[in-house]
Amino acid sequence: MASERPLMVQVEDVHKRFGPLEVLKGINMTVRKGETIVIIGPSGSGKSTLLRTINHLERIDKGRILVDGQLMGYRETAHGIKELPERVVARQREMVGMVFQRFNLFPHMTALGNVMEAPIHVRGLKRRDAIQQATELLNKVGLGQKLASYPHELSGGQQQRVAIARALAMEPAVMMFDEATSALDPELVGEVLNVMEQLAHEGMTMLVVTHEMGFAREAADNVLFMDGGVVVEEGTPEAIFDHPRTERARAFLRAVLQSSRDER
Amino acid sequence: MNFDPSVFWHYLFYGPIVDGAKLTLIMAVVSQTIGIVLGLFLALGRLSRSKLPVWRWLSGIYIWLFRGTPLLVQLLFVYDAIPQMTGESIVLGSITSGIIALSLNEGAYMAEIIRAGIQSVDPGQVEAAKALGMTYTKTMRRVVLPQAVRFVIPPTGNEFISMLKNTSLAEVVSAQELLYNTQQVYANNFFYFELLSVAALWYLAMTTVATWIQSRLEQRVEYRNTIPNRGGLFGFAFPGMHRG
Ligand SMILES: Nc1ncnc2c1ncn2[C@@H]1O[C@H](COP(=O)(O)OP(=O)(O)OP(=O)(O)O)[C@@H](O)[C@H]1O
Ligand SMILES: [Mg+2]
Repeated sequence: MASERPLMVQVEDVHKRFGPLEVLKGINMTVRKGETIVIIGPSGSGKSTLLRTINHLERIDKGRILVDGQLMGYRETAHGIKELPERVVARQREMVGMVFQRFNLFPHMTALGNVMEAPIHVRGLKRRDAIQQATELLNKVGLGQKLASYPHELSGGQQQRVAIARALAMEPAVMMFDEATSALDPELVGEVLNVMEQLAHEGMTMLVVTHEMGFAREAADNVLFMDGGVVVEEGTPEAIFDHPRTERARAFLRAVLQSSRDER
Repeated sequence: MNFDPSVFWHYLFYGPIVDGAKLTLIMAVVSQTIGIVLGLFLALGRLSRSKLPVWRWLSGIYIWLFRGTPLLVQLLFVYDAIPQMTGESIVLGSITSGIIALSLNEGAYMAEIIRAGIQSVDPGQVEAAKALGMTYTKTMRRVVLPQAVRFVIPPTGNEFISMLKNTSLAEVVSAQELLYNTQQVYANNFFYFELLSVAALWYLAMTTVATWIQSRLEQRVEYRNTIPNRGGLFGFAFPGMHRG
């Protein structure tokens, strides 16, 4: 059934290098509408880089990426592929919401200001409508009481929930999360994961880099295991976590389980 | 040593002295303002990663030139050399020359201050703004510059204090600012000590007020309690070392 849903993200043979270092070595993956895809993999395997190529924060050297059918960051011409002007790229990025490990909230704006900023200054929403929308979103993530708080007055978990609301305010086609809980104190991880699970269940299309196995089992349609710039294994959470086929995946999962046990 | 207090008091609010102080203040405010605007464009030029590096190069050359030569030489260039170069078709008045030279010079210093301010903003802020669909201009205006202001205000305050004092260089092109008018007076009555004290007191009054305004501005842009307020009572009077 899920396979008949339209494709929201198509990553086709994407290569990316930083100088001599090839970080992505031919990535292929898709996210269908309403799906949640979780990406796991050791540090340096290219997970963040992959997400950043999808909203064209990073150029690619080969391959192509489509979001909602649109070629991201480039256009095909008679003379090959050309990068789009930054104005057009900026418009394309509206389709992709992104949540960062370190929140990256705007420290000079309140929670409400953070969420309203892009709707007003990018989408051109009227101030009144933007306030209403931002208030609803902050209520949704459980921060209806914190509208006027500045980021430094909020806990890490609260800040990350504001960041989620801020990304949602652009009504993106896809939400990407790059280790959204790994900068948080252990006791604050749950409140952020809850919001993410709720979003997944509401049918948001999500691409999530995380090492939270519980979240993956609960919310993911598919899990991708990346290592050394390639997708090594792909399958349902059960298949990947309970019956990993490759030694690399087994070793990685052992290490993650070990470290999460150490934390408890 | 004979310091005659009655002479000092007589000239403290003497018409030409007060007028000179007014002109000093006006020249400093106008030049500082132009310098900030100029500095912003130069800073953005220096930081531009455009495929056409012309803007970046021009900014670099400008800053190199204006920081690397004495302000006094720049002032004399504007006042004396431009008329000669243009065959007397451009002759600038002494006040205009003073403001132009001070502004051009200040632009180079402000460029470096603003560039450092922009670079102090967490790159994650730019990422977040871009990810929300903001263009370069929007990102700068709404996210980067408002945060850079916090880093830029303290050194800009120092710049303005230098500026107040540097206006006295315009004395050499006969701009009738505070020092020039002071000299005019003591050239006739030879009360050097008293009159230079009067001038010094005026400069001190202006720089003190400027420092006070700076510290108020710093407090106003404070939004993180992690950055400590500087100073306490009179803390504002010692904002650190500075050239000039
Ligand atoms: N801007 C850059 N310039 C040079 N090298 C980079 C850059 N960004 C990432 N890299 C390198 O690319 C590789 C992949 O990095 P990436 O951040 O995508 O890994 P990751 O899977 O997200 O790792 P982590 O779990 O630590 O976040 C790393 O070796 C990293 O050092
Ligand atoms: Mg990463």
